[in-house]
Amino acid sequence: MARRETPEVNAGSLADIAFLLLIFFLMTTTMSTDAGLGRTLPPPIPPNEDPPPPIRERNVFEVLINANNQLLVEGKPMDLKELKDAAKEFIENPMNLETMPEKTTIEVELIGPITTTPKAVISLQNDRGTQYQTYLAVQNELQRAYSELREQLAKSQFNKSYSELSTDEQKAVREVYPQKISEAEPRNVGGGR
Amino acid sequence: MAKFRKKKPSGPGAINTSSLPDIVFMLLFFFMVSTTMKEVDLKVQVRNAEATELTKLEKKSLVTYIYVGVPNRQFQGRFGTEPRLQLNDQFASVDDIQSYIVQERESMKENERQLMTVSIKADYDCPMGIITDIKQSLREAQALKISYSAIQGDNFTRN
Repeated sequence: MARRETPEVNAGSLADIAFLLLIFFLMTTTMSTDAGLGRTLPPPIPPNEDPPPPIRERNVFEVLINANNQLLVEGKPMDLKELKDAAKEFIENPMNLETMPEKTTIEVELIGPITTTPKAVISLQNDRGTQYQTYLAVQNELQRAYSELREQLAKSQFNKSYSELSTDEQKAVREVYPQKISEAEPRNVGGGR
Repeated sequence: MAKFRKKKPSGPGAINTSSLPDIVFMLLFFFMVSTTMKEVDLKVQVRNAEATELTKLEKKSLVTYIYVGVPNRQFQGRFGTEPRLQLNDQFASVDDIQSYIVQERESMKENERQLMTVSIKADYDCPMGIITDIKQSLREAQALKISYSAIQGDNFTRN
């Protein structure tokens, strides 16, 4: 009997099949994880409880957005591009002004005593007609103010960028500049339809 | 002498491609593992808002989505052209949010319920009124961690 050779299976088209599957999965799936501006809402107020004590006026940075997407910051109209610097100046209070938040010296772990404005609060109010994008842009600018301040502090205290700090160091930096953006109970700012 | 030497094949032979499928399968498995299927069919138009200071939502299983936008054209006859919200696969009203959150929370593992995040995916042009209502009912449902979904982009262009 003649020795018969087993014919070799042509595997060239297997690659085509695999490519087809690969492309199918590439099309139907999403790679990007969802991203967004993270916020924590205040817990609901129990009905029979006194409202929280008012915060002193100098400690509040008031930002209003009306239905025409215009900003009113501390009683004055402002352009969105100026908001970040205004917020930074308010939180930092470099000139120690009367109209800006009280400065107190607090003891922070890893940093030591530091003079800062722990009571500063940013109050953000919007109208029902405000465009979502504007609202997000304002939130974004306020957050940028905080992150730039934190970055500055991280650079001056630890000589590193904020993102490179250890968790404890980041916590210390956050303690100096706690992000307090209060979204007040809804009410109409005006300019609505 | 040279006359009888067997003639050598000229040039390189055919390249063996039998390992190509293996490579492609490897790629295929990589993508299958690292990606997720599109979760829902959107019935509302969501054009992403843009922002720069984004944080990523790491764990998909902890995130609950609320979509807000104008209904797609084929649903406009029934649901109108005002922004509506979509929970899972259907249109809903703000009153449905509480039961939706409770239901989503029930389906999570007990130790992860604290970490539940609600991602609000709203159209950039949508008015804040509906989003304020959503926020109020999320507060009542004790779902306090939220994320305003946005994509990386210029903050000033759309204003």
